Amino acid sequence: MSHHIVEFKNVSFRYPDGTDALRDISFRITHGESVGIIGANGAGKSTLLLHMNGYLMPTSGTVNIGDLYLTRQTRQEIRRKVGVVFQNPDDQLFMPTVYEDVAFGPLNLGMDEKSVRERVEYALNLVSSLELQNKPPHHLSCGQKSSVAIAAVMAVEPDILAMDEPAANLDPRSRRLLINLLKTFEHSKIIASHDLDLIMDVCQRCIVIREGTVVADGPVMEILTNKQILEENHLELPLSLQRN
Amino acid sequence: MHMADALLSPAVGATMWAGSVAAIGYSSKKLKENIDNKTIPLMGVMGAFIFAAQMINFTIPGTGSSGHIGGGMILAVILGPYAAFLAMASILTVQALFFADGGLLALGCNIWNLGIYPCFLVYPLIYKPIAGDGKSTRRISAAAMISVIIALQLGAFSVVMETLLSGKSELPFNTFVLLMQPIHLAIGLVEGIVTAGMINYVRKAQPEILEANSFSRPLDAGISIKNILIAFVILAVVTGGALSWFASTHPDGLEWSIEKVTGKGELKEATQGIAPFLKGIQEKTAFLPDYNFKPADKEEPKGNETPAWPGIETGTSFAGILGGSIVLMFILLIGFGIRFFKKR
Amino acid sequence: MTFDEKYYNIGFLDQLSYKNTIVHRLDPRAKVIITLLFLFTVISFPKYEIVALLPFFLYPVLLMTLGEIPFMFIFKKVVFVSPFAVFIGIFNPLLDSGQVSIFHGFMISAGWFSFFSILIKFTLTVSTALLLIATTSFPNVCHALRQLGLPSLFVSQLLFLYRYIFVLMEETMRIVRARNMRSYEKRGHGIRVFVRIIGILFLRTVERAERIYFAMLSRGFQGDMPTLKRFHFSRGDLGFAVFFIVFLFIFRFYPATEILGRFVQGVFS
Repeated sequence: MSHHIVEFKNVSFRYPDGTDALRDISFRITHGESVGIIGANGAGKSTLLLHMNGYLMPTSGTVNIGDLYLTRQTRQEIRRKVGVVFQNPDDQLFMPTVYEDVAFGPLNLGMDEKSVRERVEYALNLVSSLELQNKPPHHLSCGQKSSVAIAAVMAVEPDILAMDEPAANLDPRSRRLLINLLKTFEHSKIIASHDLDLIMDVCQRCIVIREGTVVADGPVMEILTNKQILEENHLELPLSLQRN
Repeated sequence: MHMADALLSPAVGATMWAGSVAAIGYSSKKLKENIDNKTIPLMGVMGAFIFAAQMINFTIPGTGSSGHIGGGMILAVILGPYAAFLAMASILTVQALFFADGGLLALGCNIWNLGIYPCFLVYPLIYKPIAGDGKSTRRISAAAMISVIIALQLGAFSVVMETLLSGKSELPFNTFVLLMQPIHLAIGLVEGIVTAGMINYVRKAQPEILEANSFSRPLDAGISIKNILIAFVILAVVTGGALSWFASTHPDGLEWSIEKVTGKGELKEATQGIAPFLKGIQEKTAFLPDYNFKPADKEEPKGNETPAWPGIETGTSFAGILGGSIVLMFILLIGFGIRFFKKR
Repeated sequence: MTFDEKYYNIGFLDQLSYKNTIVHRLDPRAKVIITLLFLFTVISFPKYEIVALLPFFLYPVLLMTLGEIPFMFIFKKVVFVSPFAVFIGIFNPLLDSGQVSIFHGFMISAGWFSFFSILIKFTLTVSTALLLIATTSFPNVCHALRQLGLPSLFVSQLLFLYRYIFVLMEETMRIVRARNMRSYEKRGHGIRVFVRIIGILFLRTVERAERIYFAMLSRGFQGDMPTLKRFHFSRGDLGFAVFFIVFLFIFRFYPATEILGRFVQGVFS
């Protein structure tokens, strides 16, 4: 299974209004790696994630997921490989009940009802939320919504998990549960976040981006202890490192 | 103004339901043919937006009273007629269920009054021609104002017609129209200002939204006048068919017709103008006339030999009152009984 | 009602619909159909009818008690939406002035009968509609509608709407609260501010739609909303439906109340 790689080669992207969100960005993430992507607001983190499953197409350069180059033809296939969890679970959970939401992906894969049920139960068990299955999302707490959003993505069994600010709006306990949950996944993980403690806990590697390009890339402890890099990018030392 | 179940007759309710469901089916079909997948969530969320916006009260200038918006025109401008109509129909359905605004049978009327007019009549025939290519703020404002007012006037007039055709209200046509239209003119003015303001606000902030969804849309996604005419012809046929079905299955449904009331000459207004027409419709549309099915009452109590008012002779006797009280007591008893046993 | 009240009101009704009682467990199709039949039967009564309508209170009473729905909640909502029907109906006693003797020469204007008839029909129809949604979760109502043949595009529209009214109401509530907190002397309640508010809300909504669309795409959405078959019509559902169809039929076509009254009258005289 050495082919679960994510490779960006000289990728640039310009929004229709003329903003250059990505400029000649290149990196390669190999199988099973957990990578944190950090940077100031507007540095291009979200745009980067939107390329991971082909919602946006690079203006120039190539994106390689698994063994597939991202094109309009391969988009659907790539979407099966990369599960993206968005920042706001309310946008992610668009079906009227938890069960239907988690079943959305498997049903779109054309699975029959029995296998769908198995998948849904498996995914909800993964985040210990099976008892929520008949509830509508608006009856859930923020932490529960995040868990279900992750389950909804895990139900399609993606090879690679990409997350945008997974812990935003979570209370400390829910955040801790989420971190523990993420640690148990053996997938390649790509996590864009301002929560440097979370990145430090979950990831081995860290990429810093600024103005759409990579400014630092290395082992997580190296980067998150480098005050200079962090401050240049409107970031601070992780709280757990500030005390000593 | 939402129509209410209690003021409806089954014939009018069913006809309007048929019309609205047909329009829903037609719009879904049309939309499916050339929908951008992106529109599916947009419609839903836009519906929720209008729903939430309707709940905000604002002060109407110079009056101190508060109003809220209807939103049909805003939706039509943003989503185009078919999607806007489906969004509006779904909003009204949710309101009928959660707020009991109107009711489930009146839902057909309400979808018709608040959805069909703005989306299929006013938007293509009035808004589009006036707004033109959507580049002039003044033209858009004028278009929004005029369309909203006209759509509301049509809706209000429909409420009048639906109520009168149902024959549950004694309001004469003239009075009713004079009550409804001016009120809705005032409401329309306010909503027109809001709609115009909002469309212009969006144009300034993010013009591409309006362009993407309305102005630059290929013509076939809009509505041609020919299609409208066809739709209305179909509707006329459906309505006529429904009415004649009622008429043929229940030819002698006279019992609750307005004739019993107006025939006595008690109401001057009702004997002229629209009354004879209404009377005719009433006679044809009486649904499942009551007396046809009653077992013949041989032992009619004495007090009812010369009923003063033919329409209500049944059930007004002492026996009726007595029976009614017993039934109510019985139902209450069942209710309390269930509550009692549930608690234990 | 203020915005907050409306929001919590609809939220409470929504919460009720997820209870687990015998009424909630009935097949939603059965409930939707019987409710519609019920409504049609009620409004098919002649305009002066009062007494024959009374037995029909059994249906809402059963739904309410077996479904454990608080009476006062439904009652308040019914009263709250009554103005239009009352407004239109109150003209009847004034305009329909024929005199009717109800009891040993006691005369009353015929319009009162039609007015009370409207009020009773109003109470029956509105409370039954509310009880339908209080005992059936909205997604279930939608699935029932789909299975009863409404276009799936429209049904998925309803489901989206249901999903996002709560999200958007919360967002709106935050904006409205901010407005109310800073609009001393009500100066911030005018149309201008209102237009701004809904303008902002609109733009946020468009952005949200975009994000939702992205979330759908990333889980394989290609234009069709997948659906699950989930109901089977049980014997209990059938029993419920048959019972109420017979009930509606009997009390629509036979003046059972009056016969009962006459019978009791006969016994005591």
